Amino acid sequence: MIRVVLPTHLRTLARVEGEVKLEVEGQATQRSVLDALEARYPMLRGTIRDHVTQKRRPFVRFFACEQDLSHEPPDAPLPDAVATGAEPFLVVGAIAGG
Amino acid sequence: MSRVRVLVGTRKGAFILASDGKREKWNVSGPQFAGWETYHLKGSPADPNRLYASQTSGWFGQIIQRSSDGGKTWEAPGGGMTIGPSGMPAGESNKFVYDTTPGTGKPLTTHQWYDGTQHPWEFKRVWHLEPSLTDPDTVYAGVEDAALFRSTDGGQTWQELAGLRGHGTGPKWQPGAGGMCLHTILIDPSDPERIYIAISAAGAFRTDDAGKTWKPINRGLKSQYIPDPNAEIGHCVHRIALHRSRPKVLFMQKHWDVMRSDDAGDSWHEVSGNLPTDFGFVIDVHAHEPETIYVVPIKSDSEHYPPEGKLRVYRSRTGGNKWQALTKGLPQRNCYVNVLRDAMAVDSLDSCGVYFGTTGGQVYASADAGDSWAPIVRDLPAVLSVEVQTLP
Repeated sequence: MIRVVLPTHLRTLARVEGEVKLEVEGQATQRSVLDALEARYPMLRGTIRDHVTQKRRPFVRFFACEQDLSHEPPDAPLPDAVATGAEPFLVVGAIAGG
Repeated sequence: MSRVRVLVGTRKGAFILASDGKREKWNVSGPQFAGWETYHLKGSPADPNRLYASQTSGWFGQIIQRSSDGGKTWEAPGGGMTIGPSGMPAGESNKFVYDTTPGTGKPLTTHQWYDGTQHPWEFKRVWHLEPSLTDPDTVYAGVEDAALFRSTDGGQTWQELAGLRGHGTGPKWQPGAGGMCLHTILIDPSDPERIYIAISAAGAFRTDDAGKTWKPINRGLKSQYIPDPNAEIGHCVHRIALHRSRPKVLFMQKHWDVMRSDDAGDSWHEVSGNLPTDFGFVIDVHAHEPETIYVVPIKSDSEHYPPEGKLRVYRSRTGGNKWQALTKGLPQRNCYVNVLRDAMAVDSLDSCGVYFGTTGGQVYASADAGDSWAPIVRDLPAVLSVEVQTLP
């Protein structure tokens, strides 16, 4: 079980409160977690990754275990603590704007 | 008694302002999509309870929202946990992908960038949503970078009408200060195959075959800010309006100049007349008087506020050239707001109501065709768009 924390606006859009808990088949990676997230909440497609390129949107970051994983390859394994559900995978909107 | 519903898009969400036909007391609801830029929302003429909204964010991209109850509740069409009948995953409603397929699409080319170099087409947001006049599930979307999309399934999926972007003049299109946006979509009420669109800064275009092919309709426009002021392409058209009883008569607020066409855009002539400045963004037509039009003059392209700090709507009852300042109820000192291109609308009650919103967050209404004005609200986020529905 993977725990995902979404930014406020995406929680509103997906109509969820608190963390999202996902079952991910196979190895937990950015791609597999986001695939599972989007399968369960289709309205989030395109909001975290570009629809076509599947690249992370520029003002979105991925944090976990006090590390910035934003620039990790999408198929790199996530930390064990994320894969086991001990720590959440955080989707973060970059701080900017007004 | 008839009533009106004013749909307001702002920098930080959408608001709905409702009143009875007297238009004196208003109920304000919102914000919907709180914190998100809502460039535009508009109701279907075929089903007034069907509304579409463009919700957008620099962080999270483009979301299309749809309401089936007049704006009380909203959904991202197809955003539920379902698989579509074709097996396509749901959640395609925010997917705007330029059509580059061999059969129907056009290759992704480039357009001019601010520095004059060429820049690839990139989708950024939906500026304007124009529901079909007859089918609640059909809606057009004008997007940045400029292109026209259409949905025929209530906003669940979108297909580009690629003939416009592929017109061949794309390398001469360029962004205005707000981006290279397709901001105006006018469907001819007498001929659904005929659609007018406008792009800042490319100009106006018309299709007579429901979007397959397009022609630029900019003859008569003169723009000193492009190398050839009379060029076919490159004009910064801010807004076009028509009266449904005379769809071949078009009125245009260009970057500078207020223009008129009597031949469906084939030729234009200037009708700025005695306006204090002919720069501005909005233009609209009285619901019952096809020769009565409204603009809000703005000082200049580098000073986006009313001249002399006086917020004045100008009305012409002669289809242009002769303009009258309408000031009653509007601030006549120290007013430095702007009125953006999609932020004016008219209702169709017997005494035509006129509405506009400002970047200062005011939405003004006139229940007497502009003779007098009063604010419905004063302190919304900056207003991006105003539409009005006249309801039974």
